[in-house]
Amino acid sequence: MAAENQYETHEYDVVVIGAGGAGLRAAIEASAQGVKTALVCKSLLGKAHTVMAEGGIAAALGNVYPEDNWKVHFRDTMRGGKLLNNWRMAQIHAQEAPARVLELEEWGALFDRTKNGLILQRDFGGHRYARLAHVGDRTGLEMIRTLQNHAVHQGIDVYMECNVQRLLKDGERICGAFGYWRESGKFILFKCKAIVLATGGGGKAWKITSNSWEYTGDGITVALDAGADLIDVEMVQFHPTGMVWPPSVRGILVTEGVRGDGGTLKNSEGKRFMFNYIPEFFRAETAETEQEADAWYEDKKNRRTPDLLPRDEVARAINAEVKAGRGTPHGGVFLDIASRRPADYIKRRLPSMYHQFKELANVDITTEPMEVGPTCHYFMGGVRVDADTTATTVPGLFAAGEVAAGLHGANRLGGNSLSDLVVFGRRAGLYAAEYAKNFTGSLTVNMDEVEATAQQLVAPFDGKGGENPYAIHADLQDCMQTQVGIIRTEKELKQALDKLATFKQRLTQVSVEGNRQYNPGWHLALDLYSMLEVSEAVTLAAIERKESRGGHTRDDYPQTDPKFAKVNVVVRKRQGELRISQEPLPEMPEELRKLVEEQK
Amino acid sequence: MATQEVKMRVWRGDAKGGAFREYRVPAGEGMVVLDVIHAIQATHASDLAVRWNCKAGKCGSCSAEINGKPRLMCMTRMDLFRPGETITVAPMKTFPIIRDLVTDVSFNFERAKRIPAFKPKAKEPDGTRRMVQEDIDRVQEFHKCIECFLCQNVCHVIRDHEENKKYFAGPRFFVRLAALEMHPLDTNDRLELTKEMAGLGFCNITKCCTEVCPEHIKITDNAIIPLKERVVDEFYDPLARLLRKIGGK
Ligand SMILES: Cc1cc2nc3c(=O)[nH]c(=O)nc-3n(C[C@H](O)[C@H](O)[C@H](O)COP(=O)(O)OP(=O)(O)OC[C@H]3O[C@@H](n4cnc5c(N)ncnc54)[C@H](O)[C@@H]3O)c2cc1C
Ligand code: SF4
Ligand code: SF4
Ligand code: FES
Repeated sequence: MAAENQYETHEYDVVVIGAGGAGLRAAIEASAQGVKTALVCKSLLGKAHTVMAEGGIAAALGNVYPEDNWKVHFRDTMRGGKLLNNWRMAQIHAQEAPARVLELEEWGALFDRTKNGLILQRDFGGHRYARLAHVGDRTGLEMIRTLQNHAVHQGIDVYMECNVQRLLKDGERICGAFGYWRESGKFILFKCKAIVLATGGGGKAWKITSNSWEYTGDGITVALDAGADLIDVEMVQFHPTGMVWPPSVRGILVTEGVRGDGGTLKNSEGKRFMFNYIPEFFRAETAETEQEADAWYEDKKNRRTPDLLPRDEVARAINAEVKAGRGTPHGGVFLDIASRRPADYIKRRLPSMYHQFKELANVDITTEPMEVGPTCHYFMGGVRVDADTTATTVPGLFAAGEVAAGLHGANRLGGNSLSDLVVFGRRAGLYAAEYAKNFTGSLTVNMDEVEATAQQLVAPFDGKGGENPYAIHADLQDCMQTQVGIIRTEKELKQALDKLATFKQRLTQVSVEGNRQYNPGWHLALDLYSMLEVSEAVTLAAIERKESRGGHTRDDYPQTDPKFAKVNVVVRKRQGELRISQEPLPEMPEELRKLVEEQK
Repeated sequence: MATQEVKMRVWRGDAKGGAFREYRVPAGEGMVVLDVIHAIQATHASDLAVRWNCKAGKCGSCSAEINGKPRLMCMTRMDLFRPGETITVAPMKTFPIIRDLVTDVSFNFERAKRIPAFKPKAKEPDGTRRMVQEDIDRVQEFHKCIECFLCQNVCHVIRDHEENKKYFAGPRFFVRLAALEMHPLDTNDRLELTKEMAGLGFCNITKCCTEVCPEHIKITDNAIIPLKERVVDEFYDPLARLLRKIGGK
């Protein structure tokens, strides 16, 4: 029955799954290395999350502050990540980001300029110097279009609206991937030597989120299923400033660039409350008064405003203000740039924020404050990779971008994702190509396994249980939002685990209507598999880490615990079950440790 | 606007044919058309096909014709319409239907492949790239394009003339060509192509494309007309061409 020609089949050396910044850069590199490369994505080309990135890409170019260099960027990244980062990744990232940004310029990107005609850089939270190369507040668009055009001109084969569901292995090694075309619902089989995962995160399991429908954690799930390790998945970033009103736009991102360009957070009493939330860890480098904070915008010799503390700090502070009854009418806080900067400056620096609030909320940000609150934004955790090569623990499987873990530790600094994509995207393409070239053995796809997967994937059409995938998704989002949110407790996390088990049960009873052609109900039913698996991994890891650090805040363990400073929480799947363990972090060399510990 | 029921007519069908179907769903404050489509999916028609990603006007996935007007569904607020008005949502007409609101926009991706790549000139002697903001402002306007293809959809040259697609790249790609032509670092010459293969001559400056562009790119005034002038200079006015070559772009 398992005839090979039953499915559309393609053979490649390297298949890159995901066409955001990381996937595009990986495919460009692999193809430049001369191996046969495919690029697969589940939306149209150019629509990945990367297109939405607003504020900028972090790189110590030193165009605005010549004092800036990789060492300062490295230090900021490590401190922002509460030292849970993989130091080697943080080092490579800080060292290589400038070259990758300049490379984008060689490929046609047009960043905003300084007076001297160089790339302009803007302030962002946790970065000591103005460091983010940007194009107004639509940096991601510039980046993805530049990479997309470059990839297209290289003649890379692109499979759009093609959804990968499983990775295939021959013994221990990767040998292919299996998925479906969204348009026709037909299956497609890739046979290949190496795979680069660049599928992004999983924030769509939360209710209030800046993430699109694509963020269902597919890459994390297929990697787990293939036997790869995950680390740090308890570290979910809640961006402090998402829109809160009207309800239909709740969660849509408001770039940190608003604060970088002079906006400040205020509570309902009109107070700039961030001064009350400066943690010990950042006290030495943070301004204590409004005058000092405002002076910092003009001259970086002053200490930085607490409005731009790392995101985890700001998100918790907003949460606390709202809880204390000092929130706005719609349960957020105010973000005010209107009273602080002239209207034409705001429109020039933040055109898409201006547009977004005007069109979606009837708010003119040049005359009124915005209402903002935390929104689920980014997965620091994900697939464990080797720092230099991006190789996962499965031979032939590489990972880069948001799906991979390590660089950002417990909390990511703004702007460090876009740079992550190009730095490690390039490395993933390079080392996957090298692996494919060096591999001389033969690989066989197990067609019985493929056939079994195909059966599972169409099962929802025969489902008689009557469960609606949209209803399960809504319940999952409620559960993760309330019980695995910004502030966590063991009791609630365990309740969440119980609920996740019932959702899994319900998923076996799911039924979808219609046929296989472009059927969103069916697609969601399949996406739920990965959303549930990722949610379970996050919840288990959150129970395991009995301390508060970065994106992970435990009400029952409110302090950071030095014991946990030395370990990653690792998740792997064995015999169909998720297993949790703690494993030591790689040890940082002495000279880098000194850099990190410098106070100011 | 508290929650109230809205009446929607949504086109359902595939390449073989289809029809408008009526749905009634509750709509809350601030909702956009895409929210209502999602509500229909969740409660009435789980297989209603629609493309979307960012829900914030940034990715250009959710283009459709709403009450006959080409728009992004995620940026079209329900309170734009009169209470009680039936709102009609149809797929873009210029592209072949895949299913419901989803069309086959591959024409655009094929066209993109044919545009000669960016080819930068040599770096400055000190190894940097220097450009003044004023010189890149106009190109940055073109780079705002989110590839929603609404301009392609509305342009009469291809909207009712499938046969012209062979000869006409469409406004989105005139924007792209203009961006490359006016890029201060670029050295590639695309004017021959612009004239011959992209079919710039077909455009009779109706400005319909500019009107629908959600990024407010002045497609006709800032991209198409300057391109037309360059083509004229290049092919019919050797002196102007020479001056332009000497003076940089
Ligand atoms: C609104 C917003 C603003 C942001 N602003 C900034 C910023 O200013 N600076 C910054 O540094 N970061 C920012 N970020 C974060 C950053 O944009 C993302 O982390 C980053 O773009 C992720 O890139 P990626 O290449 O890893 O994945 P993505 O760009 O998300 O791409 C993922 C790709 O994987 C594909 N894919 C996923 N699953 C499958 C599957 N099963 N089969 C096939 N293909 C699949 C998708 O189709 C897509 O092509 C922002 C994020 C958001 C949401
Ligand atoms: S101005 Fe030209 S390109 Fe634009 S719609 Fe009219 S004919 Fe088409
Ligand atoms: S030019 Fe405007 S209308 Fe045309 S594709 Fe780009 S954003 Fe859309
Ligand atoms: S969903 Fe991205 S533009 Fe509408």
